[in-house]
Amino acid sequence: MQIDLRTVSIKPLRNTFDHIARRFGDKPASRYQEGTYDIQQTDIFHYRPLWEPEKILFDKSRTKIEMKDWYALKDPRQFYYGAYTIARARQQEAAESNFEMIEERGLAALVPEALRDIALDVLIPLRHVEWGGNMGNSYIAAYGYGTAITQPCLYHAMDHLAVAQYLTRIALTLDTPVALDTAKDAWMNGALWQPMRQHVENLLVLQDWFEIFVAQNLVLEGLTYPLFFDHLDSKFAAGGGTAISMMTRFMGEWSAETAKWVDAQIKVAAAESAENKQAIADWVVEYRGRTLEALAPLAGRAFGAEADAVLGEVLAAFNARCAKLGLSV
Amino acid sequence: MDMHVKKLGLKEKYAHMTRGLGWDTTYQPMEKVFPQATFEGIKIHDWEKWEDPFRLTMDAYWKYQAEKERKLYAVLDAFAQNNGHLGITDARYLSAIKLFLTGISPLEYVAHRGFAAAGRNFPGVGPRVACLMQSIDEVRHAQTQIHAISNYNKHYDGFHDFKHMLERVWYLSVPKSFFDDAFSAGPFEWMIAIGFSFEYVLTNLLFVPFMSGAAYNGDMATVTFGFSAQSDEARHMTLGLECIKFMLEQDPDNLPIVQKWIDKWAWRGIRVLSLVGMMMDYMLPKRVMSWKEAWEIYFEQNGGALFNDLARYGIKVPECLTQCSVDKEHISHQAWATFYQYGGAAAFHTWMPNDEEMDWLSAKYPNTFDKYYRPRFTYWREQAEQGNRFYSNTLPMLCQVCQIPMLFTEPDDPTQICYRESEYKGEKYHTCSDGCKHIFDDEPEKYIQAWLPVHQIYQGNCFNEGVDPTAEGFDPLAEVLKWYHLEHGKDNLDYEGSRDQQNFQAWRGMATQNT
Ligand SMILES: [Fe+2]
Ligand SMILES: [Fe+2]
Repeated sequence: MQIDLRTVSIKPLRNTFDHIARRFGDKPASRYQEGTYDIQQTDIFHYRPLWEPEKILFDKSRTKIEMKDWYALKDPRQFYYGAYTIARARQQEAAESNFEMIEERGLAALVPEALRDIALDVLIPLRHVEWGGNMGNSYIAAYGYGTAITQPCLYHAMDHLAVAQYLTRIALTLDTPVALDTAKDAWMNGALWQPMRQHVENLLVLQDWFEIFVAQNLVLEGLTYPLFFDHLDSKFAAGGGTAISMMTRFMGEWSAETAKWVDAQIKVAAAESAENKQAIADWVVEYRGRTLEALAPLAGRAFGAEADAVLGEVLAAFNARCAKLGLSV
Repeated sequence: MDMHVKKLGLKEKYAHMTRGLGWDTTYQPMEKVFPQATFEGIKIHDWEKWEDPFRLTMDAYWKYQAEKERKLYAVLDAFAQNNGHLGITDARYLSAIKLFLTGISPLEYVAHRGFAAAGRNFPGVGPRVACLMQSIDEVRHAQTQIHAISNYNKHYDGFHDFKHMLERVWYLSVPKSFFDDAFSAGPFEWMIAIGFSFEYVLTNLLFVPFMSGAAYNGDMATVTFGFSAQSDEARHMTLGLECIKFMLEQDPDNLPIVQKWIDKWAWRGIRVLSLVGMMMDYMLPKRVMSWKEAWEIYFEQNGGALFNDLARYGIKVPECLTQCSVDKEHISHQAWATFYQYGGAAAFHTWMPNDEEMDWLSAKYPNTFDKYYRPRFTYWREQAEQGNRFYSNTLPMLCQVCQIPMLFTEPDDPTQICYRESEYKGEKYHTCSDGCKHIFDDEPEKYIQAWLPVHQIYQGNCFNEGVDPTAEGFDPLAEVLKWYHLEHGKDNLDYEGSRDQQNFQAWRGMATQNT
């Protein structure tokens, strides 16, 4: 006998899991909600970590930021794994077709030499900065508190790896693999890059994961991406370097999207308490100064005489962004 | 341009895309950037010698994984729309899935966090990238499992508060403590515990039985996430094996440490697998193969080949495993007998096998079932039929290491419960086997911390706030169940007469009759 199960109309016993219903009521929940809320263990742990015996495995005290409910830090993009990979797969398809077009039509050869050299000097060593961004965000994914923020930080870490890989591909499109060695040497030894490398290495030894979030995701990215993937991009596009612009399209789109997520986290955490707001503002002030110092020589290389003006614009926009988030910095 | 890209070999290109990104820090000391790299005693001289077990750049990763996700969620949507849950053989089957969601899925989540940590902590870029990919895969596994099982939760009991239960319910501390143990160790031990023992040695014994069980029993939701995870699992297994070989190749001093971890985690894993064994032999209405057969195929044969492969590095088959060839005839029956007796405190339904099922068990376990288990099970069944369903109302003692109740017997005497005892700082601690005792004695400082559910009940830590254990008529079991969020009469007790059984029959009836 053929059973047609579809014809049965059944009233479910419940609409979602209890921990979701406790937050939102017993109504159908989204995949983001069921895949995110309260899935990190919170209450009972068997053993103290050998690597940090004074704390428990998932411990709220790994940052000085305090939240009554860490799940207040939700992701406005509602990224669970499926939504995240599907969104990125679309973006990578666009990026891939840009790289293909450049390769098929030999567009890289049309980039004026001066612009090409700027790209090689500035964008390629930047892949090491991106790798630092991966490390900071994987630290948060491991030691942060609550899936609402740890989950997107892992996605963010993987995105930084992807950007580093796109930058690598740009080097290989504009030049030979030797360009990667040259860029690495500039990163390790070149005067232009030492302030930035020192800054990035300093971020790698921070312990407070929310401090890393502010220093890396808000400040470093908030100043670097507009500088290189907006202002410098315009310069490339205006000067016949469209091929480079095409290859960095992913980064431009990505930073616009991720900045909205970063802003939502900062806004909620700062609004929670005066202490949080002060701590975040202090971090912004501290890391904004250091990041600007590290960016100054790079801006000089990229924009020459206009460097100060461009950096000034980037800074003004960044400060306006922070003000909107409720920070007086 | 393009020419250069094409000239590069795949391996070389992947190296540029990953390990080329890293550098040795000089403004900050490497020990400070990678503070967990050395405390376990593992010596690594050259991270560049790491062989990438797979070569996936992020763009390719997104592309493949998104394709899999689109397909998976299309199936899950259709499953929900078409009442796919009514396609299972029998709602008894769902006890297995309840055990999976409460005991395994939350651990996928811990695997995600632990691999994020490993993906930050190794000084080598190659292993870090591989660990991060596993970390993101594991959040996928946790979520796809929750999403697939979400539809069952809407219609059946026992699923509804899985995270709360994982942290509290007595038998769930078995898998939970396994992952807590691994994550609280250092990054190298983590790789042996999860990357090697769990993914490489044991995955076949966990996933294959669950997924084939799902296929045999018409559970398309579970089959779909299981299949979809297969290619991820293949990557995880190669990572685990690569990692162990790398440690062994880097320094001869690593051998005794790695051997110790392999011994420990093989035994830890085998103890967790008792739950899988019982699922295979008792919880599936339509059975795939017996636990004993699975053990022989996936462990004795496949695992044997693996240990032969590792013998050239000096790795020996863990000694505790010799006991397994005896245990494989017993553990599933002993575990199910225990759950039947404590069926009042389990978040799934229990039952005694029917005649046909008993015959199947006799045929699969000719040396043991009729001799040791059939008489007891038949007696319990008869008693239940006469209205004397047997529930044990004393709490069992738990093993200090694996946290399973003391229910396993001596390897040389299946009528004698096996106890081992250790003393540490003047206190006595009990373990279930030589394997667990050995683990305890090696790290007593760690295992004395164990949050043993039964001890905690005795200490009064498992009641809701405001409950007064000295009040008249105080019912400790009822109060513990409330604290578990386990709904008495719905989540627990016999399948026969349960709400799951009644609803399943009624809904199926609606589908098959014209009323
Ligand atoms: Fe997994
Ligand atoms: Fe044990």
